[in-house]
Amino acid sequence: MDTLQLLQTIWFFLIGILFTGYSVLDGFDLGIGTLLPFMAKDKKETATLLTSIGPVWDGNEVWIITAGGALFAAFPHVYATVFSGFYLALMLVLFGLIFRAVSLEFWSMDEARRGLWEWSFSLGSFLPALLFGVALGNVIAGVPLNDKMEFTGDFFTLLRPFPLMLGLLGLSAILLQGCTYAILKTDGLLQNKFRRVSKWVWAAFACFGVLSLMLSAVYLPDSMKNPLAWICTAALVVFLVLNRIWLNKKNDAVPFIMSTLSFASLWGIAGSLQFPNLVRALQGSDLHLTIYNSSSTELTLTVMLIIALTGMPLVIGFTIYVYRIFKGKVKL
Amino acid sequence: MDPVMLSRIQFGLAAGFHFIFPPLTFGLTLIILIFETRYLIGDNDLYKKISTFLIKILGLIFAMGVATGIVLEFSFGTNWSNYSRIVGDIFGSPLAAEGIFSFFMESVFLGVLIFGRKAVSKRVYWTAALLVFFASHLSGLWIIIANSWMQTPAGFKIEGGRAVLTDFFAAMFNDSTLIRFLHTAIAGWITGSLFTAGIASWLILKKRDMDTAKPLLSVSLWIFIATAILQFGAGHIHSVQVAKTQPPKMASFEALWESQAGAPMSIIGIPDPDAKKTHYELSIPKLLSILIHFDSNAKVQGLNEFGEDELPPIVITYLSYHGMILIGSLFALMAFMGLVLMSIKKLHESRWYLTILLAAIPLPFVSNTLGWMSAEIGRQPWAVYRVLRTAEAASVVVPAGQILFSIIMFSTIYILIFAVFLMLLFKIVQKGPDQITIGYVGE
Repeated sequence: MDTLQLLQTIWFFLIGILFTGYSVLDGFDLGIGTLLPFMAKDKKETATLLTSIGPVWDGNEVWIITAGGALFAAFPHVYATVFSGFYLALMLVLFGLIFRAVSLEFWSMDEARRGLWEWSFSLGSFLPALLFGVALGNVIAGVPLNDKMEFTGDFFTLLRPFPLMLGLLGLSAILLQGCTYAILKTDGLLQNKFRRVSKWVWAAFACFGVLSLMLSAVYLPDSMKNPLAWICTAALVVFLVLNRIWLNKKNDAVPFIMSTLSFASLWGIAGSLQFPNLVRALQGSDLHLTIYNSSSTELTLTVMLIIALTGMPLVIGFTIYVYRIFKGKVKL
Repeated sequence: MDPVMLSRIQFGLAAGFHFIFPPLTFGLTLIILIFETRYLIGDNDLYKKISTFLIKILGLIFAMGVATGIVLEFSFGTNWSNYSRIVGDIFGSPLAAEGIFSFFMESVFLGVLIFGRKAVSKRVYWTAALLVFFASHLSGLWIIIANSWMQTPAGFKIEGGRAVLTDFFAAMFNDSTLIRFLHTAIAGWITGSLFTAGIASWLILKKRDMDTAKPLLSVSLWIFIATAILQFGAGHIHSVQVAKTQPPKMASFEALWESQAGAPMSIIGIPDPDAKKTHYELSIPKLLSILIHFDSNAKVQGLNEFGEDELPPIVITYLSYHGMILIGSLFALMAFMGLVLMSIKKLHESRWYLTILLAAIPLPFVSNTLGWMSAEIGRQPWAVYRVLRTAEAASVVVPAGQILFSIIMFSTIYILIFAVFLMLLFKIVQKGPDQITIGYVGE
């Protein structure tokens, strides 16, 4: 393996780590956001839930901004193909992200329309929570591409059974992150409500997981022969079972940790299935966008690696520090 | 309609709307840091009140900035996918670096400012204010680096139809990066300081919250005076750089049709591209040559020297550039008046001047937009100057109808959230520094 291939491989992993970081961190505030109007029965409960994510959601969302930037810098063709090809879907994601970003502040200052901002926060969280999974499902299942790496399908190409199922799987994983984080950060009646709902969300996660596996067998027969994907699947099963056991034991912290590890296992499966491809072409492997044919140059990948290795430890350090400042149950 | 034109309209609207917020962040984080420093040293609760009031406003502004900023990052992929393919090797890095080095820090520590006053010590809180100030400016620097590379590209070669990085530092710190950053940062400080000076003036005019309004006005006005004057120097250096590195743009700024020695500087007029002359022009002889080359007889290239396919739309470039300078001159005049009133200790009694400060709050937003219009429209027909044409940078697979849909979607959302933003901003200001509380409850 030459230096360029090594760098391309490293960047495949680093971008996977960035997306995983986004999923597990912003996952819990997307999950709480989606469920907010259904779970909080009064102003105090809403304020408790919003305060549980208030100090950190913004930093969590930076993970997707950074993952997007890193994808742009490391694999510009993938950024170009996917973002232009999935145009309308991404506009819906942006619609969600815009409302999500303003709704928290608007809610806290605009007493007259609090109901509206709860619902816009919920919708703005739900759309990305669902659509990111659909997008990932599409690049795994493959999309029609031409020999110039351009997407040749349309909006409805994106809405096939397998990608939609991955959308639901991703949504359920995000909701489980949200529920288990809420269990960690709340107490009393509100916490009990989340304990009850967690079990339903857990059941949905497990159910969508099994269905995704079945659809993979139909649409991606090769994936059944991928040992690494099976190892990650086994890990997913273990973490989900542990999650359920500790949910039943009414533990506060372990369900969240297990949910996080389950989410990471999902990314492990996705990475195992994709490597070294980034976007599969329906027409055949000649047209796949891979880490080899869609990357930046060796110099750019090297510079980016230096940036990532100096910056990310710092980011992780102060993120942990700030989470510790706000640790414990939310006190209004 | 032409999809390229639609994508340009969309990016222009999205970037223009977004840029209401970052300059305010520049100014506000600076003023917050000043008051937090005074609070840390002097332990006077007055300064804490002022800072808390400004942090409340910053939270709202930051949310708007995040909401509208992510649209721009996505746009390079959604609407400008050929751009991403062709220059992604260089242009992607500053965007990723902005996230890693700045945006994480800014977001995480803003969380501490908004929610952590009681949870951390005074020293930690001050450090959070310092880091938010530092990170927001560093974030701006990365974006200016990316933009400057489009204006004065460097550190690359063309290989296999795309631009390939050859020298990272040359690309990042190209001919226009540092001066563009200085010019933009000063514009941000002008925007933010006039904003808070206007708010403080309103409080004083209403005779309320005087104990907090007076120090806020004093700090804001000093920053405004310093930056409004400094901007003349920074703007001048930036113009000289444009003249030397992007001569067609400078010729368009000035609507200078013929190349000439001892070129005049146009003050006002109406450029007519068909007749290739400027009607009703008022100009100062030889001044352009002096300003650019420090030599009254130096030659300046005119528009006629360049091919039609190298020139931007002249009228809008000329008018936006001159509009920016006109407003900048007004700021200098206001700064001078403020200096006089402060030196004779008549500031708080001069209701006319306080009214001017209040009424002038929107002006920096207008001049910021005009400045960016002259920089970006003036760069046309290039996306990356003399490397990649805008027409060749757009996505090829996105139909015009979908872009039209997204323009309508963004415009609707932006009008809606801007209306709510203004309403809430007025509400915070109505409440004033003496009453404000922070966090999600107790209001």
